[in-house]
Amino acid sequence: MGSGRFFGGIHPSYNKGLADSSAIVEMPLPERLVVFFAQNLGAPSQPVVKKGDEVKKGQVIAEAGGFVSTPVHAPTSGTIDSIGIYPSPVGVDAPAAVLTPDGKDEWFEGCSVERSSEGLDVGQIKEIIHDNGIVGMGGATFPTHVKLSPPAGKKMDLLVINGAECEPYLTADHRLMVEHAEGILDGAALFAAVIGVGRVVIAIEKNKPDAIEVMRKAVAGRQGFSVEAMGVIYPQGAEKQLIFALTKRKVPAGGLPMDVGVLVHNVGTALAAGEAVRYNRPLIQRVVTVTGSGIREPKNILARVGTRFEDLVKFCGGLEGDAAKCINGGPMMGVAQYSLDAAVTKGTSGLVILRQEEVAQFVSDACIRCARCLEACPMRLNPSALSIFIEKMRFEDANEYNVMDCIECGCCAYVCPSRRPMVHHFRRAKAEVRKLQRKTG
Amino acid sequence: MEDNMEGKTPEEKPAAGVAAEKPAPRPGPMPKKAGVGPRFVVSSSPHVHDGRTVSQIMRLVIIALAPAALYSIYIFGLDALRVLMISIASAMIFEAISQKIMKRPVALRDSSAVLTGLLLAMNLPSTSPWWLIVVGNFFAIVIAKQLYGGLGYNPFNPALVGRVVLLISFPVHMTARWVTASRFGTDAVTTATPLSRMKDSLATLGHIDIAFGRGEIFDLLIGNRAGCLGETSIVLLALGGLFLIWKRVISWRIPVMFIGAVWAMTGIFHLFDPAHYADPSFHVITGGLFIGAIFMATDYVTSPVTKKGILIFGAGCGVITVLIRLWGAYPEGVSFAILLMNATTPLIDRYTKPRVFGAVDTKKAAA
Repeated sequence: MGSGRFFGGIHPSYNKGLADSSAIVEMPLPERLVVFFAQNLGAPSQPVVKKGDEVKKGQVIAEAGGFVSTPVHAPTSGTIDSIGIYPSPVGVDAPAAVLTPDGKDEWFEGCSVERSSEGLDVGQIKEIIHDNGIVGMGGATFPTHVKLSPPAGKKMDLLVINGAECEPYLTADHRLMVEHAEGILDGAALFAAVIGVGRVVIAIEKNKPDAIEVMRKAVAGRQGFSVEAMGVIYPQGAEKQLIFALTKRKVPAGGLPMDVGVLVHNVGTALAAGEAVRYNRPLIQRVVTVTGSGIREPKNILARVGTRFEDLVKFCGGLEGDAAKCINGGPMMGVAQYSLDAAVTKGTSGLVILRQEEVAQFVSDACIRCARCLEACPMRLNPSALSIFIEKMRFEDANEYNVMDCIECGCCAYVCPSRRPMVHHFRRAKAEVRKLQRKTG
Repeated sequence: MEDNMEGKTPEEKPAAGVAAEKPAPRPGPMPKKAGVGPRFVVSSSPHVHDGRTVSQIMRLVIIALAPAALYSIYIFGLDALRVLMISIASAMIFEAISQKIMKRPVALRDSSAVLTGLLLAMNLPSTSPWWLIVVGNFFAIVIAKQLYGGLGYNPFNPALVGRVVLLISFPVHMTARWVTASRFGTDAVTTATPLSRMKDSLATLGHIDIAFGRGEIFDLLIGNRAGCLGETSIVLLALGGLFLIWKRVISWRIPVMFIGAVWAMTGIFHLFDPAHYADPSFHVITGGLFIGAIFMATDYVTSPVTKKGILIFGAGCGVITVLIRLWGAYPEGVSFAILLMNATTPLIDRYTKPRVFGAVDTKKAAA
């Protein structure tokens, strides 16, 4: 297996040095937590608490809303202050519960009790993973139990644990690998057992030599496990690109990694799933990298789900200088926040705060057809033509030019000298194409 | 902030560029007092950029052309400087006026008008009268560029449209008043370009009669010959091209395919019939091939964007150039070749659409 490379890609400034040597610190409970009910991709979870309810840490406050859905748990013990619509970190207002911690941080009965995973069958493990609200923590928040349930007949032979962390600035996965290697591998072993594969690869970009070293030591005694040092190129951590770089297998357009026999899980997901099974510990906290030139003390914070961004920033010593942009996630794919009112969800990998001079104010221009976007696009699309179609509302043409295969990595916009809002165009076109497809059946 | 985004729908506007600097505080319940705390810039991802701008690209091309332009002043004297200045100034004036009239933001900053004026000047003889230069720039900037929608929307290379309009309308001024390199001091002598001498000899003598020894090759390489301002100094043009490839402004594909196709095609004819077909190296280093292949055919707007398409485009330019040089009415065919290939650009792009990563092979699937 070679650590090859994929087509296209870019080399942005990684700026990981701001936080990559800061050990994960646990943040004290804030005064208030805002826990969103919809924390996974798929069906939103249904709230089962009301205003005034007392809840314990780990108690279900929203139940799964379908198969592709997971429950949401109270991140600490306390009182449900109110239930309402709050600004969510993905830019829309969404229903959430406001929880005032009682300070005791008491576990709900049965939670966080060590048990043996021996004797559990595959179905039981998946059930535990579901019941503990485990979702993809790389940012996509796709329910993990669904990914672990391939349709009958799909033969899998490789599990990839994604520690590429190719987004600039973010170091949460990096720190997890350095500090929790065994926990990640335990989770990985569990995944491997569930889907019945014997080969597990931990894929890490070469810019994290300490993580590679720690993981290499940790896999030493484990049968079938190996660590691959991957080239430093964005988007190395994108599923399809990572699989190709590792195996030369191409996930078919419109298909899933399982179509080429591979399952990819983020390192944080593996850790959370492992703890869920071993300790019956629901996903109520995660590591969030709070970094950027606009923050006084960049940190990797173990924060409860529901921690408001304002509290994260305060914990990091506050804003520095003329902080002008606040991004939920990394600068390539993250969502810009208009305020610090949103809160940590299961998919919040970081909060990047940039200063005025790094926040370019620009006006987009006509495409000059320089073709830099075609060279950068890891999906081999023609972003230039696509953006021109979409400007003219020619969504069917955009569909014919494979806009649905766009992974929204942002490479095209990163290199565009005309500063065209490519990703914005493509998101819009995808929504329009889906609408068209629904109409025609 | 100026608002010249092409978006026609309201929902498209906020994300184009960076939207409102300070969005209004939002209504609705908030965990704390609404509307307090910092407010940030909101825009679509990605939030970082590699910093390259259109004007930077234009300036790099201008820098790459500068040595050849300065050298033209050295070999053709102050007349060359006159042509350069009138051309660049009139290009900028036409650009500003048409943008004003068409109510577009005046965008001289992007330097594209300067580049067009410079390129057109490089494609004119040093003897060009001022009005010829102005008319050429009018067609280049107003007709070929701004009437089509401005930078990015022109199907044909503006400078070449300007040149070809002049070539067809004022053939005497464009093709019959060549002077040799004067290098100040010495008097310029009226002469003909190497390509027209080749064509004339073929017409009058029935075979080609050109001197093409070591001395001639050296003269051709350093631009010691008659020709347009910018087409003569092959060495400096090639260096400019290498600079642009190094700076990743252009790829090697168009120049190499273009020049390669001319060399290969003329080479085949020369091999079989050297009496009627000149040495391929003669074809490569005479005429406007270098400036055309490096600086005109590589124009982003009017050439294909796909890798395969760019190769086809470059080769097509070469083939048409040779067809015109060998059998056309004009001694030189580079300009026409590029313009003809410009017309095929949308078609080439369409039929060389890159295969999306992981494209399902329909042939294999059917089998």
